[in-house]
Amino acid sequence: MKYVDEFRDPARGRDLARAIADAVEPGRRYHFMEFCGGHTHAIARHGLADLLPEAVRLVHGPGCPVCVLPVGRLDMVLALVREHRVTLCTYGDMMRVPGSGRDSLLKARADGGDVRMVYSTLDALEIARANPDRAVVFFAIGFETTTPPTALALKQAEAEGLGNFSVFCNHVLTPAALSAILDAEDDGVSLDGVIGPAHVSTVIGAEAYAFVAEGHRTPVVIAGFEPLDILHGVLMLMRQVNAGRHDVETQYIRAVTPAGNTAAKALMADVFEIRPSFEWRGLGALPRSALRLRERYARWDAERRFALGDRRGLEHRACQCGAVLRGVLDPRDCGLFGTACTPDTPLGACMVSSEGACAAQWTYGRTYGRLRQTPSKGRENAAPSPA
Amino acid sequence: MPPHPPLDLTKGTVEMAHGAGGRAMAQLVRDVFVAAFDNAALRRGDDQATVAMPKGRLVMTTDGHVVTPRAFPGGDIGSLAVHGTVNDVAMGGAVPLYLTAGFIIEEGFALGELAWIAGSMARAARDAGVSIVTGDTKVVERGACDGLFITTAGVGVITDDRLDISGDRARPGDVLLINGPIGDHGVAILSKRENLAFETPIHSDSAPLNGLVAAMVAAAPGIRVLRDPTRGGLAATLNEIAHQSGVGMVVREADVPVREEVRNACELLGLDPLTVANEGKLVAICPPEDAKTLLAAMRAHPLGEAAAIIGTVTDDPDRFVQMETAFGGRRIIDWLAGEQLPRIC
Repeated sequence: MKYVDEFRDPARGRDLARAIADAVEPGRRYHFMEFCGGHTHAIARHGLADLLPEAVRLVHGPGCPVCVLPVGRLDMVLALVREHRVTLCTYGDMMRVPGSGRDSLLKARADGGDVRMVYSTLDALEIARANPDRAVVFFAIGFETTTPPTALALKQAEAEGLGNFSVFCNHVLTPAALSAILDAEDDGVSLDGVIGPAHVSTVIGAEAYAFVAEGHRTPVVIAGFEPLDILHGVLMLMRQVNAGRHDVETQYIRAVTPAGNTAAKALMADVFEIRPSFEWRGLGALPRSALRLRERYARWDAERRFALGDRRGLEHRACQCGAVLRGVLDPRDCGLFGTACTPDTPLGACMVSSEGACAAQWTYGRTYGRLRQTPSKGRENAAPSPA
Repeated sequence: MPPHPPLDLTKGTVEMAHGAGGRAMAQLVRDVFVAAFDNAALRRGDDQATVAMPKGRLVMTTDGHVVTPRAFPGGDIGSLAVHGTVNDVAMGGAVPLYLTAGFIIEEGFALGELAWIAGSMARAARDAGVSIVTGDTKVVERGACDGLFITTAGVGVITDDRLDISGDRARPGDVLLINGPIGDHGVAILSKRENLAFETPIHSDSAPLNGLVAAMVAAAPGIRVLRDPTRGGLAATLNEIAHQSGVGMVVREADVPVREEVRNACELLGLDPLTVANEGKLVAICPPEDAKTLLAAMRAHPLGEAAAIIGTVTDDPDRFVQMETAFGGRRIIDWLAGEQLPRIC
């Protein structure tokens, strides 16, 4: 896996930063949204915003599966643990996300709930096999990247007749969210381009973004998650802006094809169907934006098996995750940021996941004295701040 | 004492009676623990150990060990229980001399494994030059603990009056050093726990650091801070020291040694090597004029061959630990929030 170094070569990074600076046309601004939390994390971790000129700004998008899950869905999963007493298998990040009344899976586990942290759906299947007398539920979250493994797990459960296993499905769709953000530009965000998701695009393919480029006249460049990928993606977007183009281009050509992974797409279509509507934190109810299990898999659908009801969920009153997710508020401008809300005491989901805009800002973005600065305008990444 | 059937170390298991204070317990202590740790103080069979102490300042510490799995590449709960405590004593600049060991054992635990772990503790203690001089055994009902928990306490002595080593002594301008690559222990545990087969197996760095520390304080008695970055990794240790001393720090990412296989594993698992645990690493902080001598002394010791200067202490009222990224940006190194890997030591 030596390849990582090649995509993190500081000398090439400086070359790209120079090329980006040279590409700035006087009087023009370049506000690009990186949709994906993976990009947000990488930008913060490598300090990439420090390398960009004043005119180029990166705006964090909602592409963090932990962050976009509304409190109501969390309350449902808490009910699975606390009321239905199931064995819940979850990715680690979800453990600390606050539900209504600051309840969380971590608290439910401390109260005696059976919550297991897993790294993949395979672990969840294994737990179900090993505990035939327990109802084992896999808490499925994520965009199109994590959906095929859930589909495979369901196929496997079907093949084995694993009756005590089920899936609480919260898989969501990237294009729907991207569309909602671009539709709502009057909200205060105006974007000159979009850095498209890396891993999601390996599954859904570059063609899935054609409607963005054409419909919203906004250029899209699908970039990889390494620092050089991101800088290269920024440069490609700038060239499109300068030329007045709005195409879908792929920087991440080593993994993304126009059509994507057709086998994975077929698998998803076989197991899942599109929900008429699904609630997103910050974005509200978006039509055709999430997946649920098809009738054929009803037996493994936790929503059908357990009476969970429709839970509204109560966000912390002062939490601004919604505005942060829409791109209209910089995390640092939220009154809770860094005071009541920190990674140790998260009040909102964006402070929990390492891909959340608030956590990334907290972990990597604070530099000397920055926390006490006057509020910044818009939600741009921190400018360089020599200490 | 009437004859009692010998312990069955192949098939036998620990029963409640082994912790009840009766003959079964005496036999367990004698045949497993005294047999393994064998030393004069222990052989006397008292409820306390009476030992000789050289003149100097007394240093003591205690540490509980609950690691799962109990055996992992490069160590086990027994060797870890010795190294962890030896290292905590050594980080005061002291020579560790004696350990105590308390065992909380779950009913049904295999006697063979217990004897094996005691053997591993005995080897680790011998390698570190310390004696396990007294102990305690408790057996709890099935389900009340996960197999075996070991608590060790350690006593050592500082004989050199010039030494004054503490986390509150870092000063702006001081130099940060580390004795080798970070993250080995945490990744070794995780690879075993998650059944992740890496091309190159990653071994825990678990090791007694008292020999290295002795060489370091002899070469540079002006050392201000020594600490082993265990749970929470280098990130937590640097933040602890920054807070204790009221200073900031700047670490150069490119200078922090990380084995390629550890870096790759972290990349794959989404971990930051800075927050991954170590069990055979130490951070040293010394005045700038001592840095070269100290680095040379560290590199001359087998456990410091890959030692490196990784950064400097700064004047910063916010006590931020910052990183100059290899990519040319700057970021904060924060404490780890929540749990990364439970029960790694």
